Amino acid sequence: MSTAIVPTAHFDLEPMSEPGKEQLLELAMGPQHPSTHGVFRMNVVLYGEQVVRLKPVFGYLHRNHEKIAESETYLGSMPYTDRLDYMCSITNNWAYALAVEKLAGIEVPERAEYLRVITGELTRLQNHACLIGFLMQDMGSSGTPLMYAFREREKILDLFESLTGARMMCNYMRFGGCRADLPAGWLDQARKVVADFPRFLDEYEQLLVSNEILMDRTQEVGVLSRELAVSAGISGPMARASGVDYDIRKVDHYSIYDRFTFRVPLGSHGDVYDRFMVRLLEMRESVSILEQAMRDIPAGPIVDPRMKVRGFRPKPGEAYGRIESPKGELGFYLVSDGSPNPYRYRVRPPSLINLTVLEDLCVGRNVGDIVAILGSIDIVLGEVDR
Amino acid sequence: MNLEAIKSEVEANVPGCRLEMVANPSPSDQHSLRSDAEHAVAVAIVLRDAANLRFDFCSNVTGIDWPSREVSEKVKVKKLVDGVEQEADEIRKTVVPGCLEVVYHLFSVEKKHGPLVLRMRTQDRDAGVHLPSLTPVWRSAELQEREVFDLFGVVFDGHPDLRRLLMWPGFVDHPMRRDYVDPDDYEYEPTAHDEVLRRAQQHRGDAGGKQLSEAEGG
Amino acid sequence: MVGEGILKGMAETARNFFGSYVSKDRLTTVQYPEQRDAQIEAARSFPFLVYDGADWHDGMRCVACQICEKECPPKCIFIEKSKDKKPDANGKPQFYPATFNIDISVCMSCQICVEVCPFDAIMMDVDTDLSTDDRFGGLLLDKQRLSKSNEYFNAIHPTEAAAVDARLAVERARQEAKAKAAAEAKAAADAKLTAATPAQPASGEPR
Repeated sequence: MSTAIVPTAHFDLEPMSEPGKEQLLELAMGPQHPSTHGVFRMNVVLYGEQVVRLKPVFGYLHRNHEKIAESETYLGSMPYTDRLDYMCSITNNWAYALAVEKLAGIEVPERAEYLRVITGELTRLQNHACLIGFLMQDMGSSGTPLMYAFREREKILDLFESLTGARMMCNYMRFGGCRADLPAGWLDQARKVVADFPRFLDEYEQLLVSNEILMDRTQEVGVLSRELAVSAGISGPMARASGVDYDIRKVDHYSIYDRFTFRVPLGSHGDVYDRFMVRLLEMRESVSILEQAMRDIPAGPIVDPRMKVRGFRPKPGEAYGRIESPKGELGFYLVSDGSPNPYRYRVRPPSLINLTVLEDLCVGRNVGDIVAILGSIDIVLGEVDR
Repeated sequence: MNLEAIKSEVEANVPGCRLEMVANPSPSDQHSLRSDAEHAVAVAIVLRDAANLRFDFCSNVTGIDWPSREVSEKVKVKKLVDGVEQEADEIRKTVVPGCLEVVYHLFSVEKKHGPLVLRMRTQDRDAGVHLPSLTPVWRSAELQEREVFDLFGVVFDGHPDLRRLLMWPGFVDHPMRRDYVDPDDYEYEPTAHDEVLRRAQQHRGDAGGKQLSEAEGG
Repeated sequence: MVGEGILKGMAETARNFFGSYVSKDRLTTVQYPEQRDAQIEAARSFPFLVYDGADWHDGMRCVACQICEKECPPKCIFIEKSKDKKPDANGKPQFYPATFNIDISVCMSCQICVEVCPFDAIMMDVDTDLSTDDRFGGLLLDKQRLSKSNEYFNAIHPTEAAAVDARLAVERARQEAKAKAAAEAKAAADAKLTAATPAQPASGEPR
């Protein structure tokens, strides 16, 4: 055991209440809390209703994913990546497969790329719909928008089950392609789901967008400035709502996204309302990408024919591969030493890094705003704690 | 984005810094710059603020543990054998000292280029684990450097709030190090069998331990 | 008008509420367990061992190669190879698993064991009614509880089973053709041998 050096300042143990301000109330929100999106704890110091300090406490769902990956083969880690951001298992698989393909120089055939885009955008649709539903639920709408979103999500999960075998823990990507090809009738069923989606989005918008209560609770709340967003490494819809024009699908030109025309919605205020609207608009763009991809998907192999399932040993080296997951920039950093197991396996979790600014956004606001701000950041604890 | 050009620009702007290019043998073509700990903050500020670089987005901060390892090599030496000088093979063992490494992946939101990989190494894995924190340069390093401190033990000088992130405050030791030993007093399987069951029974002193049937490997 | 947005939203809720009486699309509740959704063919719950024929032990396809045990990410499979061999579906003597346990409380249904099995011996089941009140042994499935027939496999995954059966039939036909060719060659060699050797005269006259 090495000698661990502990710094002298223990911020959790110091009394958070300051002498002279005895009206301060120190509150622990979580880890058991219906609105913290998982086992997430925030030590909040309140002056009445106003937030004075907020220190998030992580680690309640820490499952040692990175260390387990050091003792598993590269393929053996794929089912574990499903469980990182457990709402979007397919994009997690994709980011990992992309990183390994960069590490070993593996090429992906055309049809597999189209399958990846189709399943990835379906994942984005169901994630954004549910995120908006959960945000509304946390703000007190008793589940109505959430259940409408879940109705659509069920259709998408049925598609995943008939393609991959599982609704959520899909384990679908392989290095060099995808695991399973489309069964008969899948594409027609998917086209029907995508064709029905804009009607659901119209109804959703009518329900929510001009709702006065929503606007009162979310506009000018949790404003994130553009400079802070870039400096704090914020990515995904949260950054774009603050006006940061950075969508990895457009910047990195990964996979075949260059072939599809789609727009990237940007917000100008950076408040909770903008984050919610950016996600709503992104769903429409995802529908457009899906229509184009399902129209153009070619025939062909779904995995690189030279790849074997067993005995994969990439040459020594390292690679960082990232994708635009529904939550932000999901990256995997792999260091290989030539053995079948990775030497170092690191997940760059967008949910954790987007939480860097939680205190900055919440200080000065009321307790009720914390819930709205946390909901708009879109965290999944599986990814925050790994 | 030419790494050589970036290296010379940074060296021109930060006098005295020692930058080293680290080649990456994999097809990913992502080569790194290793900086010395003393000038790392100045290097980072140049990378962030130089007009043609503008690496304003620190995407990922990773820790890597390189334990010390023994390298043996065959060396030809002249030996006296029976009064006659001859050349013979001798196996010489050297110990390569271990260290902890911190890797930063930098991108540019303004110029849309990247990644630039910046690395720093500690002196050793015991007392010399101090590195300068790059949180004052990129705010996104705040939580990630806390995680590297928690799981590897690298102490970042200048970090505004360096404490454990994922493990609880009273935890001792650094789990992601390669020589970390699991405590033996936890059962991580609900239906423990084989090795896990034997360890758990040993720890509990066999009180209430379940006897394995032959079919379960007992 | 103040509240217009809320009223529009309420109109939307009303449309969904009254619509659920007329349109199946808006009433998606399934009254489980009396009513169940149609089983999706590709679904997977936990692995099972396939056997051909009537006897689960004699017809088991598994030859205890232990590849699934090595590739299983959470290491929930435990196999002990037998010391003797038994004939498989083609008649060739193969090892078989003396012990084959899967701990389904650890299994994460990733299907990697199915992908790597070279003998099509382990497949994914669709049964999710697996609750038990035996906390420790009830979720540790042994060889017998894991074995299900090929007919069952065809019933739950028709397309996949048809493909596997076709592949195995081709393999079996190839083996039979090889065996037949070997037998014919052996018979021809025997015939040549008897023709070359002069037959003993029945009367016993000296040659």
